[in-house]
Amino acid sequence: MKLVLDQLTKTFPNRNKKGPDVVAVNSFTFEIPDGTLVGLLGPSGCGKSTTLNLISGLERPTSGRILFGDEDVTELPPENRGVGLVFQNYALYPHLTVRQNILFPLQNLKGDARPSKEEMLRKADEAARLVQIDWLMDRKPSELSGGQQQRVAIARALVKMPRVLLLDEPLSNLDARLRLQTREEIRRIQRETGITTIFVTHDQEEAMSISDLIVVMSDGVVQQIGPPQSVYDHPDNLFVAKFLGTPPINVFTGEVKDGWLTLGEDRVLKLQGAPEGAVTVGVRPEGFRIDAEGPFRCGLKAVEVMGRDTSVVGTHPACQSETFRGIIPSEDRDGAAGDTVRFSLKPNKIHLFDPATEAVLRDWSVAP
Amino acid sequence: MKTQWKAWLYLLPAVAFLGVFMVYPLVDVLVYSFEEGYNFASQSYSGVGLFNYSYVLHDPYFLQAVKNTFLIVIITVPLSTGLALLISLGLSSIRKLRDLFQTVFFLPYVTNTLAVGLVFMILFKKTAYTDGMVNLLIQFFGGTGVDFIEGPYWAKMFVMCFYTIWVVMPFKILILTSALASVNQVYYNAARIDGTPRWRMFTRITLPMISPMIFYLVITGFIGAFKAYSDEVALFGTNLNAAGMNTIVGYVYDMLYGNSGGYPSFASAAALILFAIVFTITCINLLISRNNVQY
Repeated sequence: MKLVLDQLTKTFPNRNKKGPDVVAVNSFTFEIPDGTLVGLLGPSGCGKSTTLNLISGLERPTSGRILFGDEDVTELPPENRGVGLVFQNYALYPHLTVRQNILFPLQNLKGDARPSKEEMLRKADEAARLVQIDWLMDRKPSELSGGQQQRVAIARALVKMPRVLLLDEPLSNLDARLRLQTREEIRRIQRETGITTIFVTHDQEEAMSISDLIVVMSDGVVQQIGPPQSVYDHPDNLFVAKFLGTPPINVFTGEVKDGWLTLGEDRVLKLQGAPEGAVTVGVRPEGFRIDAEGPFRCGLKAVEVMGRDTSVVGTHPACQSETFRGIIPSEDRDGAAGDTVRFSLKPNKIHLFDPATEAVLRDWSVAP
Repeated sequence: MKTQWKAWLYLLPAVAFLGVFMVYPLVDVLVYSFEEGYNFASQSYSGVGLFNYSYVLHDPYFLQAVKNTFLIVIITVPLSTGLALLISLGLSSIRKLRDLFQTVFFLPYVTNTLAVGLVFMILFKKTAYTDGMVNLLIQFFGGTGVDFIEGPYWAKMFVMCFYTIWVVMPFKILILTSALASVNQVYYNAARIDGTPRWRMFTRITLPMISPMIFYLVITGFIGAFKAYSDEVALFGTNLNAAGMNTIVGYVYDMLYGNSGGYPSFASAAALILFAIVFTITCINLLISRNNVQY
């Protein structure tokens, strides 16, 4: 089911009655193709859960439209939308067994849509098998681990074959190992069912690893939409660049002078087409290459060996934070010794931003 | 061993008080109930046996008291709990004036029993000057009035139950509104997403979630109703036997203090019979709740 959000806006009245309304979601416009897995990503309080509630119908938008396929569902109550929602804390009914929990949405159906009893049980078993909890059917939720409860919640959301599946922070209550496993699981289930799925997360790694598309939000405004790798490689603005990637991107105050990108005293790169003047420069950690003749001269603070890679913590006067961090292959780390180190920078790992608007500057290339 | 010794030392004051003021009198009551022909003045008795029980169980006043008590229990406990649930549901689904209504519903709880009795007098009692407000209303709509305080048995029982329900409901409303408020909203959201009809939401989610509280109210309600006495006095005066509205506790009281000196042996036997009834009913309640209250 294709899902279209058109100028979707949600404002809440201010606690302080005289204050301005709080805009939780601001003109969200996005078309989600059928059968994709979309990660809604942003820091806490950026409006991603509100967006999910708007799609599910638990909240009504202030303005804008929501379409499932060609059907306008903006005015429909949640029960008529045919969405499945997995809550952050799963919201399994504690007094019902796993089987009863999964059967619950089916038993709500009326008239022709209501399957026979055997049909319901068969569907519940099928959903349980899909998430691999068919051996736990007679237990109560309190007798399950967090990961198992999560699967039950997914099975309950899937059993009625929703048009859209929504997951609110599906992995946040799981431990690190289970999180890795479960996100693969979500990917598999989504592939097998082909249901258009949107999940909310504040963990960028989670979103990057399994999504077909990610939507980065901040303060209720969509910052960028695209496939994970392309958003990572081509951020639209400084916020997206900073939000994606671990360790985070290093930000420097720079300048384009006589066609040279200059960081402090160091002329690091000859550019073509970049406007002269101040720029904010983002360099991904993997963009540093140790080079005894390199133009980027830095203080060396620490070298952290992490197996395959080595993390070099350096200082530079142009750096906006106290230190910056570069990731280099461990075999190159002999170059990092003493008090200073020199780098050359990989041009495709450098992003230039307008210091005022923080929008990315794209019309430049490296001079031959 | 040493820590155990210390523990007992700390428990000693409580154990001593309970022993002197609870256990000893209870045992004493048990002993009294088997002593035949006990005389309070001379502290002597003529024999040991089950005569006291036999007497009490054949006493028409006691049988009337048992009948009254059972009627009050059977009528008021389910009705008051059900009504309280309805009112709590109403209270939790309105926003405006909620505090006002909560206060109004809670008023009977903080009002003195006898003052409430007076209000009921005005509502129901026939005097030389007026037939009572309820009778006036009945007559206004073309019915014939009935004497609720000194009239037929069913009319008195009606007033009694009405009164009991009115008195016990505030506490139940208080407990149930807080129980309803403590049900996590996320369950209702989940149910809404799944298109659950309102009635099913109530029976499959709300009721099971608050069932521990309902059973608590039913059990305490049963015990409270079995111990009814002061409400009867407030409505019908102290001579409850004459009014035919005595309860088991009232019978025990009459036996203890009636006829200057009274019959402590009969009172003890009646009290133990009451204990046996309440104990049995509570056990049944607990057994049922164990099978039905799910978490």
